Amino acid sequence: MPKNMSLKKVPIPEQAPEVRNKNFEEVATGYTKEMALEEANRCLNCKNKPCMQGCPVQVHIPEFIEAITEQNFEKAYAIIKKTSSLPAVCGRVCPQESQCEKYCVRGIKGEAVAIGRLERFVADYCMNNNTEEKINIQKNGRKVAVLGAGPAGLTCAGDLAKAGFSVTVFEAFHKAGGVLVYGIPEFRLPKSIVQKEIDGLKELGVEIQTNMVVGKTVSIDELREEGYEAFFIGTGAGLPAFMNIPGENLNGVYSANEFLTRINLMKAYQFPKYDTPVYLGKRVAVVGGGNVAMDAARCAKRLGAEEVYIIYRRGEEEMPARLEEIHHAKEEGIIFKLLTNPVEVLGDDKGWVTGIRCVKMELGEPDASGRRRPQPKENSEFDIALENVIIAIGQTPNPLIKSTTEGLETQKWGGIITNEAGKTSLDGVYAGGDAVTGAATVILAMGAGKTAAKSIADYLLKK
Amino acid sequence: MNRIVRKKVLNEQVVLMEIDAPRIAKKAEPGQFIIFRIDEQGERIPLTIADYDREKGTVTIIFQIVGESTMRLSELNEGDTILDFVGPLGVASHLEGYKKVAVIGGGLGTAIAYPQAKKLTALGAEVHMITGFRNKELIILEEECKKVSAKAIVATDDGSNGTKGFVTDVLKKLIEEGNQYDLVIAIGPLVMMKFVSQLTKEYGIKTIVSMNPIMIDGTGMCGGCRVTVGGKTKFACVDGPDFDGHEVDFDQAILRQQTFKKYEQQAVQNHKCRLEGMADA
Repeated sequence: MPKNMSLKKVPIPEQAPEVRNKNFEEVATGYTKEMALEEANRCLNCKNKPCMQGCPVQVHIPEFIEAITEQNFEKAYAIIKKTSSLPAVCGRVCPQESQCEKYCVRGIKGEAVAIGRLERFVADYCMNNNTEEKINIQKNGRKVAVLGAGPAGLTCAGDLAKAGFSVTVFEAFHKAGGVLVYGIPEFRLPKSIVQKEIDGLKELGVEIQTNMVVGKTVSIDELREEGYEAFFIGTGAGLPAFMNIPGENLNGVYSANEFLTRINLMKAYQFPKYDTPVYLGKRVAVVGGGNVAMDAARCAKRLGAEEVYIIYRRGEEEMPARLEEIHHAKEEGIIFKLLTNPVEVLGDDKGWVTGIRCVKMELGEPDASGRRRPQPKENSEFDIALENVIIAIGQTPNPLIKSTTEGLETQKWGGIITNEAGKTSLDGVYAGGDAVTGAATVILAMGAGKTAAKSIADYLLKK
Repeated sequence: MNRIVRKKVLNEQVVLMEIDAPRIAKKAEPGQFIIFRIDEQGERIPLTIADYDREKGTVTIIFQIVGESTMRLSELNEGDTILDFVGPLGVASHLEGYKKVAVIGGGLGTAIAYPQAKKLTALGAEVHMITGFRNKELIILEEECKKVSAKAIVATDDGSNGTKGFVTDVLKKLIEEGNQYDLVIAIGPLVMMKFVSQLTKEYGIKTIVSMNPIMIDGTGMCGGCRVTVGGKTKFACVDGPDFDGHEVDFDQAILRQQTFKKYEQQAVQNHKCRLEGMADA
């Protein structure tokens, strides 16, 4: 097939905005075989593979795309799987525009090759057709404990299992998946896909124990006594940040974590079939500009809220959310209040939210993050009447393990301190993902899990 | 795992269950809680641990039937299992170093006050237990409380058991009679804990209350359980559930408790309808 020199990506079929903002089914339905072939032919198969340097887990991108052009999807999948443990997930939730696709040569004039969409196509095709070959693993009998079944922990567990270790993953929730199941909504990442990835790990021999809060139910020291020789801490950034403004404890104010967990993990969108409710009025404000904020806003819309606002103190340029999520949110009717910062949540005498008071902001000099620092404009206060406020301004690492593991060194703000290999201050204890970096992305957590798996294998095989 | 090894109906609203949960039993301390989820459709519901037996590997919970989940839990029987049972969560109560303690249980709170009294007595403190119920039909753990305290007084709002009055009346009387408590522990409805705390503040007696707000994960993740303590927001699941009663903003906690009332009632109604539907069939 000749190269496809179109400047535009092959569009991915999507549910229409006015339809999808009323259901929880996946927004993008994915490429067909024909679309994938057409898009794969846009790849120039550059010799120096610039795209690969943008990928935190170094997927061999031009090679897998070439396999697609040969219509050998199994081969493409095998190539991705060599370095990525959760391709169906990454194809959907990675911020490709700031990673692989950012470096794509086709992006210089026109749009980059749709690497994410192609990855998703390959993963879905192979999962649906059960083409994955069973890997023969030689077990070495050494036990490793992975704490937290999110992207970092699952990746680490998968790699260690493939290397022959007996891996047990301890998860505090009743379900494995971490942010993939409690945070990211069904319409962006179907839970059946996450489950398939987890089933794949189980087939590799990974054991998952749910309802195990390490630090409470069992400690690292006790696990050592039970024969675990090395540990990976991938407990994420679980502690929600609040703004510390008046009215934050009124009824109707949620952390994004609570709101999303009720909906995604506990399936409150199917109440009363599922027992967990979520209280939502007709007008909702979500504070924050990241993916979590977009997810919360779009969930609120789907639950029937008529006016849903995103309130963000900087401009759209500075928003940390994926471009696609911002675009989808706008299409679905989310109202963006940019350069706006809440100063107070307003309530009635019964303790319920009635509105939010905001100030207008303007951008000043760049701050430590390189983004221009927002400053309040004088006398710019205004109120928005609403029933719910959802706070999505970030999370910090969960302190449970730190407070129960003697000698584990952490940063002041709670992040676990590791070296480049993922090793903590304790012998045989490694860490990665949001527990180390603070809230970041799924793919960075996976990269950290991968690095730690290699370090753990080296450590144990030398021991 | 998570099998119900014993079930006892304490009164028409309150049920005791002893659950096979060796990992939790090994670690549990008074003041800590578990979270259960009955089945795939179930909510995650926190319950403070009422007792534990490290040797048998069991944890005892005592709960009041207030919503869908506790109603469904109450319908399970010995031999049945609960899908999820996780813990022990929260910070254990600090009970060391006290000489004379008044432990107060209001209604179902008695179930949580009981292990505290038991531990305090074991640590050598002189424990006076005051428990309060609306009427004598609702009294629970009367014998158990007697066994773990030097003095046990049961009061009823309507006086149907002979001692009429609120727990605050009894506590006030005991203090006025010259009992010098170095600690008061109050566990029960928010209103009760509020009034006990007001009373003890007048006398300058340190008071610990146990908060049991709405929560999901119980590990600090959702922030649904926030309570204002001393003007600061705290998470009951990881900072508590015990807090200084003189610092807790009870009025806010009482308002926050209403958040999901409407849904709770709807769920209970649905559940009843389903049951009746089944009976008809």
